[in-house]
Amino acid sequence: MTKSIIKLTVNGENHEVLAEPRELLIHVLRERLNLTGPHIGCETTHCGACTVELNGKSVKSCTVFAVQANGAEITTIEGIAGPAGLHVLQQSFREHHGLQCGFCTPGMITRAWRLLKENPDPTEEDVRFGMAGNLCRCTGYQNIVKSILAAAAEINASREAAE
Amino acid sequence: MIPAAFEYHRPKDVGGVIALLQQHGDEARVVAGGHSLIPMMKLRMTDVQHLVDLQDVAGLGGIQVAGEQITIGAMVTQHMLINNADLTEAAPILKEAALQIADPQVRYMGTIGGNVANGDPGNDMPALMLCLGATYTLTGPNGTRKVAARDFYEAAYVTVREDSELLTQLTFAAPKGGYAYEKQKRKIGDYATAAAAVQIAREGGLCVAASVSMTNLSDVPVWSKAAGAALVGTDCGPAAIRAAVDAALKDINPTEDNRGPVEFKRHVAKTVIGRAIARAWSRS
Repeated sequence: MTKSIIKLTVNGENHEVLAEPRELLIHVLRERLNLTGPHIGCETTHCGACTVELNGKSVKSCTVFAVQANGAEITTIEGIAGPAGLHVLQQSFREHHGLQCGFCTPGMITRAWRLLKENPDPTEEDVRFGMAGNLCRCTGYQNIVKSILAAAAEINASREAAE
Repeated sequence: MIPAAFEYHRPKDVGGVIALLQQHGDEARVVAGGHSLIPMMKLRMTDVQHLVDLQDVAGLGGIQVAGEQITIGAMVTQHMLINNADLTEAAPILKEAALQIADPQVRYMGTIGGNVANGDPGNDMPALMLCLGATYTLTGPNGTRKVAARDFYEAAYVTVREDSELLTQLTFAAPKGGYAYEKQKRKIGDYATAAAAVQIAREGGLCVAASVSMTNLSDVPVWSKAAGAALVGTDCGPAAIRAAVDAALKDINPTEDNRGPVEFKRHVAKTVIGRAIARAWSRS
């Protein structure tokens, strides 16, 4: 079927790819743009390993056609770290043992990033509810929750210090 | 999982959508959030030759709470429903139900229009709309018509909507009194094993109006007129709730699937309907 040019802004960079309508966003990100941070886990909208930020929303990129994202702004795990190094969330996952095999981690952190933007001071329950679209088979979630709560506390502390 | 090839369309207005639906007939499907349709396309369980994306179509968004009347555009997402303070004030049952749909990522994409129009008996919003007595607006080649949600569903995935029609908005009167949406599911992201939506109005210690509907307990969402009637005039005590639950159970026809046998479905239905009535009453 007819290929079309799809324009995407990913992690602040403009890209144009020629793709069929049936190509999923996750495939375009991984195979055309070589952004292999977002993972393909279940490919059935359950696991959240492919989570990316799409126009200010956390979405499972296995359930969006790339052509639907034409004109969109996307952030993947590759865009979360700043020039100064790891993002607070990434550092926090590392310090609090928020990952074991690491397969779910890009999706976890990308989702947590949006969660903390919408709710900068979440309770443990808020974190568990807000992370319910991401599955982890290693950690039992406890340390993921701990990592996100610690990151929130650190971000809030540095914001208060700045004010 | 790669779906079969299709042509993609992104019209800008409702007229453009209708023209595409007329041109391509049952080979065309509209996509809103896509979180029901795209998984089906990936599994190749549905054949879509022309995918008509609604994201740029003007006039399908927005939540209006104007006095007693509530209007919700078809493209409003579950995430927007949850975060709209006016809507939560006027009809809190929507937030309660939307929070029980799928998971956060899906709620950013999934729309109320897609949820009610798809005709999936597992979707939660149809039962809610039956409970609230909502009206759907359908626009097609011959203009616009309004259909009561209670008359919309014919069988699983079969509704009174014609292939060339688009569901554009939902309207309902702001409900009065207490509310509850009680859902039992196996895990986050699952459809209901059984769920019930209840609105109850109370005056002077007695129930003066009640509406009870259910999700995933028949091939269509079910509104139980008899269950509501069983509550009116009572104090919604244990005996009244038992009578209403019994009436509701007479109106459902669950089938066995991977969520359990019929006996289990009826058992769960009994539990969730009873809990929904009790919670709605406690809030009335």
